[in-house]
Formats: sequence, structure tokens, C-alpha cells
Amino acid sequence: MFDEQELAAISQQRESWEAETLDPSLERGERKERFATVSNHEVDRLYTPEDIADLEFDEDLGFPGEPPYTRGPYPTMYRGRTWTMRQFAGFGTAEETNERFHYLIDEGQTGLSTAFDMPSLMGIDSDHPMSEGEVGKEGVAVDTLRDMEILFDGIDIGDVSTSFTINPSAAVIYAMYIALADQQGVPRDEVRGTLQNDMLKEFIAQKEWVIPPEPSLEIVTDTIEFAVEETPKFHPVSISGYHIREAGSTAAQEAAFTLADGFAYVEDCLERGLDVDEFGPLLSFFFNSHNSIFEEVAKFRASRRVYARLMEEWYGADEPESKRMKFHTQTAGQSLTAQQPLNNIVRVTIQALAGVFGGTQSLHTNSFDEALALPSEKAVRVALRTQQIIAEESGAADIVDPMGGSFAVEKLTNEMEAEIMDYLEEIKAMGDGSVRDGVLDGIDQGYYHREIQGASYEYQQRVERGEEVVVGVNEYTIEEDTSPELLHVDETTRDRQLERLAQVKADRDDAAVDATLKALSDAIERDENVMPYIVDAVKAYATMGEIMQVFEDHHGAYREEISPV
Amino acid sequence: MSIENDERTIRCLVAKVGLDGHDRGAHVISRAFRDAGFEVIYSGLHKAPDDIVQAAVQEDIDVLGISILSGAHDTLVPKIMDGLEEYGAKEETLVLVGGVIPEEDRDELEAAGAAAIFGPGTSIEETIDFVRKTVSDGRI
Repeated sequence: MFDEQELAAISQQRESWEAETLDPSLERGERKERFATVSNHEVDRLYTPEDIADLEFDEDLGFPGEPPYTRGPYPTMYRGRTWTMRQFAGFGTAEETNERFHYLIDEGQTGLSTAFDMPSLMGIDSDHPMSEGEVGKEGVAVDTLRDMEILFDGIDIGDVSTSFTINPSAAVIYAMYIALADQQGVPRDEVRGTLQNDMLKEFIAQKEWVIPPEPSLEIVTDTIEFAVEETPKFHPVSISGYHIREAGSTAAQEAAFTLADGFAYVEDCLERGLDVDEFGPLLSFFFNSHNSIFEEVAKFRASRRVYARLMEEWYGADEPESKRMKFHTQTAGQSLTAQQPLNNIVRVTIQALAGVFGGTQSLHTNSFDEALALPSEKAVRVALRTQQIIAEESGAADIVDPMGGSFAVEKLTNEMEAEIMDYLEEIKAMGDGSVRDGVLDGIDQGYYHREIQGASYEYQQRVERGEEVVVGVNEYTIEEDTSPELLHVDETTRDRQLERLAQVKADRDDAAVDATLKALSDAIERDENVMPYIVDAVKAYATMGEIMQVFEDHHGAYREEISPV
Repeated sequence: MSIENDERTIRCLVAKVGLDGHDRGAHVISRAFRDAGFEVIYSGLHKAPDDIVQAAVQEDIDVLGISILSGAHDTLVPKIMDGLEEYGAKEETLVLVGGVIPEEDRDELEAAGAAAIFGPGTSIEETIDFVRKTVSDGRI
């Protein structure tokens, strides 16, 4: 981007600056011997055009809305409209979550995002013995279509885009949402939203599963195939690095492992004979945003660039929409502290800004009390207001890719890309040229586990040694009584949920349920796409647990064999 | 299980109970315990309270570290305590709870028999010191 003469001149000027201006100042020393990001990626004191001498404007940056999308997936970015402010909500029973949905819509939220409780996430019913103590705790309990009907009571799903944070049982939730659209008379091709449905990252990091990785992957591919045909405005999978980062990975690992998972789905779809330009546009991503603002911006920009390049080079994508990476971002839950919780508002603001500077399509800002319990209404409002202040008051949304051209950010973006590519090549090699096989093999061999645990333990040790300052925890501590106003899940939640489940089971036609479950079982046997059969089963009010049990009967239950020590 | 000598290796079971899959803390503490010279067994994920009790009794452990972030601690931890009591193992097991435990739930867990609750941000050193000190005091 710079001509050689100019670069040589800059180089000379830098050297004389170092000798004459910098060195005398360095005699007084700097704050630290070594400066690094949260991911322990060392950063230089100063960046100059020399650092990005190899950058090709066309190939590496280009313009927003054009490949490789480094500068953003859309030409006007937030000048057109701001990102979707999609706060994650769900607790207790469907009634309580429905109330929270209405509250958030009234507060100006533009998309819904549903959190499910652990039993729903693990594909078991509220009356399962393992559900005891967990019903409605981390999210809303959904056992049958009846719960879904109540969840969206008074909400026209033709008007709203809904995100579902669920994985092993995602196909069942997707089927319920389709059944609900059918009930409400909303045409399937107008249903908008996102299903997380990223099973590979479950085996890598989040650890919610029912059946083993390979058949789990098959179901994901079924949902993608079904979405292409039936719900083309609905994203059937949100390939998620968020949890990989929360499990303790570095930023580069997060981006690389997420991209690898994405390419595994792409390869699986291609193997099935699907057209990359048909399913490509339906894929979406989900990233974490941590404290090191420039590292995060670099991660977002590099991820978009790598995705665009490899979708074309490796998988033959032709249409711009298949190469355009779109992603949701959530601020880093694990960065929040239980100590001095109000400080978390500041952390979240910084992380949200990194997401906005990085060009995210939608954003969840964490609530300041999340290191203590589920967020209270007040904390959720502050979190949403944080996004609104960034969007309306800061000017951050007024310039497209405002960090573009920063010597530091461009250099970090290049370094991030190189690190991501190294990981991708390593995973591809593990699969003898197939990313899909490499990812599955990496799960089996504990590769991801070792990589992430290593980074996580190393970070913890840096905190222990005081090399990483965590304000309010290992520095600037105070004596305090941490008892903010917390949300409490009503102890009667489980009873009410069990009552409803029993009622649904009493009211439904058991013979019809059995017939749909048998049809599903036969479809699995014949290796057919399971989605139409799951839709039939949920419409007959088969429970989540009953449907998932059919899969378990065929494929067996998954057990992790990794010991951490 | 009184302390015979200071050389005895402390045996720990790091446990995940219930459906919660957040295991970063469990892994970090497992490695830290190992680096501190303790013998460490990890329960694996998605265990029922009874699975944890069985493992604790069979492995004859000194320390049971329960890591839980799902909010189900108020149901699941007392169940583990009751199970340990049934096997007469409650008195000789140092039970630690780590994770997101709201202040107002702490008394209940302590009353149930948890020796200490380590919330978010607790340093590894503090946890290890607590275990060493309690063991050398002969309290387990």
C-alpha cells in the first residue's frame, strides 16, 4: 500500500526517533517488561506503515460489502441501521419468559433471544430425575409444543426474529417453532431467526450433548437442508465460538476452531450433494468479545477475511452471500467479576465497543450481576442501554470500519489471520485433507480439550502471579458486601412445569404420538432427513425427551472420555 | 481419617454435578491441585448426586470439590451431603463448593456441611492453602 521509497524513508525516521527520542525516555523504563493481550499475544509499542507493508488494499481490505469483507459485510454498515440488539432472556416457565419478552419488546429491543434451562438443553423432560433442581433455572423450560405456544403468546412470529440458544435438541425446538408458525398462519418462508444448533462446539467446549458427534453432525446437516427448502429466511445454525472462548481459549483459538466447525458443516452439506451457494447464505456465526479491544477487532476482521477466502478457494462458493460472514457477538461472561459488580458495566461497554468496531450484526451485552446470578431486570436494562448509548450517543456507529487503516489494527488482523490459518491447516491435516474429519478426530483425541485447557490454565496462572490485573479482584480491591438485588427463580417453577407436562400428556392422543415417534425411528433407519418427522411429532405433542430418546436408541448416549488431569 | 503425618498425599475428587457443562473451573482447579501435589480424580460431567457420593466413598477421598454454575446447588449439594452421611463419610470429607453461589444461599450450604464456598475470582492459592491448613489441623 506504500511505495518502497516512502517506506524506506519512514523506516529511517523511525530509527532516528528510536535513537534520539525513545531511548532517553526508556531509561525511566516502562510499566511492564512485556505488553500482551488477554490471549497473551504480545503487542508492540508502536506500529508504523512498515508493519503493514505487505497489505494489499484490494485483496486484504477492499470495501465494505465486498469480498473479503474485512471492512464489514454491508456497504453502509450501521449508517443504514444499527446492529440487532438481541438480549438473551429466559427463565422459569414459558409464562414468565413471555412476560420478559413483552417487556424487552416494549423497551425497544429489536430481536428476541431465548435461553433454555439445562434439561431442555440436554434434551430431557422436566420430570426426568436428572432435571431435579434445574427446571427453569438457567433459562426457560420447554417440554412440549404447549410451552412454545405460551412462550410466544401475543407475539406474532411473522413480525419478530427469534434466536434460540439450544444445541443437542435444537432440531426439536426448530420443529416447534415451525409448528407454531403453521398454527399462527405465518408462511414458513417468512419465519426469521437463528437456531444455535452448533453441535461440534458442544463437544469442543460447551459440553451439552445427547448422542455422539457424528450422528449429531448429521442432524445439523438435516436442519440446514430443511431450512434451504422450507425456511430460507431462518438461520439453521449459528456456528459458535462464544463457548470456546468462555471455556478459556485464546482469541485466535476461538476464531480458528469456530471456522473449522463451520467448514465441517459446509463439507458435510457438500457431501450430501447440496449446493454451497444455496446453503452458504444461511450459515451464521457467533463470537465472544473480550477486554482486549484491538485484539477483538482484529479477530472479527480476520475471521470475515478468512471465511470469504476459504469459502471460495476451498469450497467453490461463487455468490457474494455465501462468502459474507455475518455474526452475533456476546460480551465475555467469564470476564465479569463478582467483586464490585458495577465495574462490569464498564467491561461490557468496552467489549461491546469492540464488537461494534469489529462490525457485528447483532449484539448481546451481559448484565453486571451475571457473575452472581441470573440477571435482574435493572441489570438487563443497563446492559441494553449500554448498546443504545453506543449506537445513539458515541458516534461509533457513524463510520464504517473506523479502525480500518490503523497500523496497529491492520497488523494485528494480519497476525490473527496467520494464527487462524495455522490452526485450520493443522485440523485439516488431522483429517487427511478433510476439515470435517479433522474436527471429529480432534474431538475424539482430546485435541481441543488440551489446547483450550492449556490456554485457560496459563491465563489463570498469569492472574495468580499478578501479571494480568483484574480490577477489584487482584488489584484495587475493597471490603464489600456483595448483595445486589438478584433475580430469584420461584421455587414452585418445577411444580408448575410438571403439572403442565402431565396435563399435556393427559390431553394428547398417545397412539398418534407413538405413530409419529415410530415414523421418526424409521426415518433414522432409512437415513432420511429427520426434520419433517420431528415436526409431525411435536404437532402430536410428543415431548422433547421422547423425541430425543428415539435418537439415543439408535445412536447410543455420548460420554466424554477425557480426564482433565 | 486423622492425619498420620504431613507426608500423606491429599486425595481430592473434583466433581461436576447435575446437567451443568461449564467445566473450565473444574479443570483449572484439578490441574492446580495436581500441581500442588494432591492426588486428583475428576468425576466427569453430568453426574447425579448419587454418582458423586459413590465415587467419593469408593475412592476414599479427603476432599470433595463440587463445581457448580447452574443454580441447582441448593438442590444438588444437600443431596450429596445426605448421601455422604448415609455412608458415614460426611465427617471425614472436606467438602468445598466452587461456582456462582449467591450470598443468600451460602448459609444453607454451610449448614448442610460445606466447609467453604469459593465464588468467582477466588485465587487458586487461597483454595490450596485452605485445603492444606484444614488437613494439617487434623480437621479431616
